[in-house]
Amino acid sequence: MRRLFLAAAVFSVVVSVAIVLSLFGEAMRFLGAIDLSQLWADGWFPRRGRFDMRTIVWHTVLVSLIAMVVATPLGLGAATYLSEYAKPRARRLLKPILEILAGIPSVVLGFFALRFITPELVQRIWPGVQQSNLMAAGIGVGILIVPLVASVSEDAMRAVPRSLREASYGLGAKKWHTSLRVVFPAALSGITASLILGLSRAIGETMVVAIAAGATGGSLLQVNPLHGGQTMTGAIASLAIGSDQVAGEAGTFNSLFFVGLALFAMTLLLNVVSERFVRRFRQRY
Amino acid sequence: MTTRAATPTTTDLVERALRGKRIDVFGTFVSVALLLSLLVSLGILVTLLADMIAKGWSVFADRGLDFVTSPLSPDPAKAGLSQGIFGSVVLTVFVVIVAFPLGIGAAIYLEEYASDTKVTRFIVANIRNLAGVPSIVYGLLGLSIFVKLLSGVTNGRTLVSGGLTLAVLVLPIMVITASEALRAVPQALRQAAFGVGATRWEMIRHQLLPVAAPAMLTGSVLTIARAFGESAPLLLAGAILSNFFAPPAGTGLLTQITDADYTALPIVIFNWSRQPQKEFVAITAAAIVVLLVLLLTVNAATIILRDRFERK
Repeated sequence: MRRLFLAAAVFSVVVSVAIVLSLFGEAMRFLGAIDLSQLWADGWFPRRGRFDMRTIVWHTVLVSLIAMVVATPLGLGAATYLSEYAKPRARRLLKPILEILAGIPSVVLGFFALRFITPELVQRIWPGVQQSNLMAAGIGVGILIVPLVASVSEDAMRAVPRSLREASYGLGAKKWHTSLRVVFPAALSGITASLILGLSRAIGETMVVAIAAGATGGSLLQVNPLHGGQTMTGAIASLAIGSDQVAGEAGTFNSLFFVGLALFAMTLLLNVVSERFVRRFRQRY
Repeated sequence: MTTRAATPTTTDLVERALRGKRIDVFGTFVSVALLLSLLVSLGILVTLLADMIAKGWSVFADRGLDFVTSPLSPDPAKAGLSQGIFGSVVLTVFVVIVAFPLGIGAAIYLEEYASDTKVTRFIVANIRNLAGVPSIVYGLLGLSIFVKLLSGVTNGRTLVSGGLTLAVLVLPIMVITASEALRAVPQALRQAAFGVGATRWEMIRHQLLPVAAPAMLTGSVLTIARAFGESAPLLLAGAILSNFFAPPAGTGLLTQITDADYTALPIVIFNWSRQPQKEFVAITAAAIVVLLVLLLTVNAATIILRDRFERK
């Protein structure tokens, strides 16, 4: 039995090795097939041999920042309320809201971003914006990561020992003072971890961007999020969609592995950093 | 676990005595603002559901069950979900068969057998990191390993490739939830079993698993539900990305799984959502309603069951 269970555990390591090897192999083949200057060209147009990494990385950063602007106040507010204010009964009623939101598939939020957030929100504030834009995609991704930010930071706040709160009350502090000035700072490393984790999820989110951000053929670098543009994940998705049709320039298809490798490296880095933060709050209490 | 500072009755009494009848304006403002951020999430959820039902309602009203039982078609008035639902169900079966035993096996090894060595810690860290890898990267893995490298076994772009890709994707999450379920079982139970002479396997089989089962099952169901709604990896692992395909005439169920084109419910939604015509907007919303009804029923049932277990 023991051997069987060990084999199951080792399988995960095999998967990691497979991911790294398959990404590396194909990414290297891509780099061998193209001229390196093509990575620093005018815009991301893989079928024309223009693989400008700046474009898609910048669009990813833009979408993730918008997502964080949406998710940080909503997620942290919800977490603080659930951890410090809600009575057990209210908590049981309110917490499932976040759990249901967490269960909504990203493809659904992509459609919602394209057909609701764009016309009802983005185009109302900025009339004349095109249907597909990075702003709506960013808001959609933000909604998607609210439950993640909320649940990780709520765990962090609940892990703050009760004695800290009681000491604060004992000194005559009010509820809001205790929550915001004592519990919140005490849980700060866990809260930071939740935000980094949310950022990492936002960077890797594909479907919302693939549906709502537009520019499926490729795009120039857009500074303004009110335009359509291709992100790293969006670029992979749209290459996948076209993969059974046009072959395009040399390396067109393999470029998706190169982008995948960059994406893998970015999210791995963020996850490792957030793990550090989580461990810090676990050790302290 | 719910007995925390949520009801500091003494605090309330003292505060009231000190404050008298004055109202703490800023304190009220903070608590309302915090509650509001939770209610905004609720508002988004309700808006999303209402919007999908409003947009998709006409499809159900006009076509009824026909929408669910028809195959794909380039004509939005005829297109239906049967192939997507079939694909998603088969993919889910793959996930259950492959990821469920592997995930629970790995969790049992890490929690019950492994000693705290460097190798063990490496495996645990590895699983945690795998859980954070974006799902589209698993699609790249599925494409290069299952679709291409192992095409002799999987026949390339088939449900086998898609199913294995999704199974590998949920595996780390499965291990983590199962590990948490095992860790929640009190140590005393294990010691009691060893005390009466049980071997480790007997202890796991007769004491540990029965106690940990409810938490393990609910965790696994939620994870599998996530796989059901997942689409990014399938874009790469071979799902058909056009508006129409038909299995070769006269193929049996087995051939449809092991050697035929496939799609899945979320992939159908993705394809339709990219069509500009108005009719496609309606059927996309209707398909989303079907997907959400399936997912929310499973999720709600699981969450209610878990809460009942937790309260016990």
